[in-house]
Amino acid sequence: MSDKVKVTIDGITIEVEPGISILNAARQIGGDVVPPAMCYYSKLEGSGGKCRTCLVKVSKGSEKDPRPMPKLVASCRTGVMDGMEVQNITSTEVTEARKGIVEMLLINHPLDCPICDQAGECSLQDLSYEHGLSKTRYEFERRTFDKIDIGDKIQLHMTRCILCYRCVYVADQITNNRVHGILGRGDASEISTYIEKAVDNNFSGNVIDVCPVGALTDRTFRFKNRVWFTKPVDAHRDCPACKGKVTLWYKGEEVLRVTGRKDQFGEVEDFICNTCRFETKKTSNWVIEGPRNIVNTSVIASNHYETLKPLPVIETSQVLIDANKVEFDRATKI
Amino acid sequence: MARKLLLENVNVPGIQTFEVYRQKGGYRSVEKALSSMSPEDVVDEVKKSGLRGRGGAGFPTGMKWSFLAKPEGKPRYLICNADESEPGTFKDRYLMTHIPHLLIEGMIVSSFALGAKTSYIYVRGEMMPQIRILERAIAEAKNAGFLGKNILGSGYDLELYVQPGGGAYICGEETALIESLEGKRGNPRIKPPFPAISGVWGCPTVVNNVESIAAIVPIILDGGDEYAKIGIGRSTGTKLISASGNVNKPGIYEIELGLPVEEFIYSDEFCGGIANGKRLKAVVAGGSSVPILPANLILKTVEGNARLMSYESLAEGGFQTGSMMGSGGFIAFDEDQCIVRNTWNFSRFYHHESCGQCSPCREGTGWMEKVLHRLEYGHGKMSDMDLLIDVAKKIEGNTICPLGDAAAWPVASAIRHFRDEFEWHVNHPKDAVERNFGLGNYADSLDKLVEAEN
Repeated sequence: MSDKVKVTIDGITIEVEPGISILNAARQIGGDVVPPAMCYYSKLEGSGGKCRTCLVKVSKGSEKDPRPMPKLVASCRTGVMDGMEVQNITSTEVTEARKGIVEMLLINHPLDCPICDQAGECSLQDLSYEHGLSKTRYEFERRTFDKIDIGDKIQLHMTRCILCYRCVYVADQITNNRVHGILGRGDASEISTYIEKAVDNNFSGNVIDVCPVGALTDRTFRFKNRVWFTKPVDAHRDCPACKGKVTLWYKGEEVLRVTGRKDQFGEVEDFICNTCRFETKKTSNWVIEGPRNIVNTSVIASNHYETLKPLPVIETSQVLIDANKVEFDRATKI
Repeated sequence: MARKLLLENVNVPGIQTFEVYRQKGGYRSVEKALSSMSPEDVVDEVKKSGLRGRGGAGFPTGMKWSFLAKPEGKPRYLICNADESEPGTFKDRYLMTHIPHLLIEGMIVSSFALGAKTSYIYVRGEMMPQIRILERAIAEAKNAGFLGKNILGSGYDLELYVQPGGGAYICGEETALIESLEGKRGNPRIKPPFPAISGVWGCPTVVNNVESIAAIVPIILDGGDEYAKIGIGRSTGTKLISASGNVNKPGIYEIELGLPVEEFIYSDEFCGGIANGKRLKAVVAGGSSVPILPANLILKTVEGNARLMSYESLAEGGFQTGSMMGSGGFIAFDEDQCIVRNTWNFSRFYHHESCGQCSPCREGTGWMEKVLHRLEYGHGKMSDMDLLIDVAKKIEGNTICPLGDAAAWPVASAIRHFRDEFEWHVNHPKDAVERNFGLGNYADSLDKLVEAEN
């Protein structure tokens, strides 16, 4: 067991395994100091570094070499060093750069959230609420592409794509006969539909889960419902191909869609197979485990899964804590 | 006339062929290095010479070579970056067309110094004639025993290959070049790891510009100390400058670093003044990526000293009043050129050439191009200049590779120095499409600097 290294992110010091990225170190702290990540996906090797939303400032390189790094670095692809000091939300330089990047990501995005199936669980939507401006400075025609069906289950809506390359990595890492999946260059580049042939695979549905925006959507769920009206429930089944651990999204008695179990950073715990995702949509196929815990801040969680989160001022007094708990129980009972 | 190191024999008839090149003293550096020097000696000589990379960044070549990791059992590679596609730069093409054996000779010595058994010359796809010239030159050198197994009986083996690129500007970035050489899409890699640790096929790799490698030849022949005597300060040796634009004699000139810019433009030995008796308005000193400077700032620094053609002097004043040496693409603009149109043209280039991997560059270059197009055609707004500066600032430094910076600098500098002309385009939309702004006060001598009062 190698020695742990000390990293300070926004003034919070933490001991982490050597060699992990700044982003993963920040995720161990959690909360607001975690930089947003649109393209990095911990389960996909080689992902990250492209969207630049996770840029942070390294104000001290390491204990040995205390020089700051000259430019903002992508936290998802920069390893931690002992004694490193990182500024994320405490640096205006970082927040300004991030604002700029969100603006850049949005200038060619159609902003069709009202008709987008991803709305409510879209990383870009969250990011623009946090960092984006309420109006655009871009006064030109937006880039558009035709919609393409990849098989009968998945639809590619390239106009919404932010070119995070996650789906390319999924295709890359679950099949062994493809090299890349981007055609064209610059802002004309698009996800290659050759993906259709390359991902002729039982796990192709995972491109939907990894897509941070609504570029790749589930055709079996298309326009069925808004995600925040559905109730996520954890379930599992004995699947010969995958681990069979999924989240079922209920509307009333009906299972509208099946996805992998996403954690608070929007990453699935396990990739699931297409049979689980598209073919088994009856409650009788599954063993229900219980309601899926969704991050409080998510729109999906609204009115569904309150958790007890007392205000800081309450934490000082036991009487207040008890009273708060009673209130909470009453509220959730209703 | 200053001594020429690279282009001394360029006008000798038949210098493209091995026989003539050999007669003129070619391949002596290979004989010298392989018979009497160890690889470390060669690296030491290059370090002593103070040679700085001629591709644009100006990083000391000897230092780059000494960073090369040398793990056991792993091959090392040298790649010559001949993917020259910077607007305004055409020195490498000239060198490869007219004196290809100089590059081959430099490649052999450099590969020997780095311990590379296989080396590549990555040539831009559009340069098909140069690819044929190089392949013929390699075949000739191989026939003569300067390539292949056991070169000159020294026991050193080297294979040299020419790899044509697909014609993307981005593949001139070293990690994108490596990806492209591996047969992948030319996307720059995220650094670290640097190519010196993990480059082509995961092996330690050095990527050098054509001119840097060619300059190894005189360094080995004369010795590094001798080479360092040429030039000025930390800018040693000679540099090929591609002069283009409104000068009387555009072309390739080999200059000794430290030559005053004024002399370079107006002396008959070099550009011979501005064409048609016009006046100089602006200069892009090092290829399209570097900041553009108005005539008064390119001839003299703000301090009032004459600006010299050297890495330090061109960069004097930082980005406020300076520029960069870059790759030596010297573009002169006379009083009848439109800076707005030129800036639009440059940003059109970067928009077209952005690889599309990281978001600020992919989206921002297109945005800048559209705003500049609007300004150029008289539909601009006063707020557009501030918008451009803001967008440029948000691209700069936030991208994976330097293409983002290269796209942002010309725009930001054009607005910094030529704001009058941009404003004129907004205020006189009808005039803007019919005639040009003219010289303005861009060639007027600058006021003396005064201390700012606090």
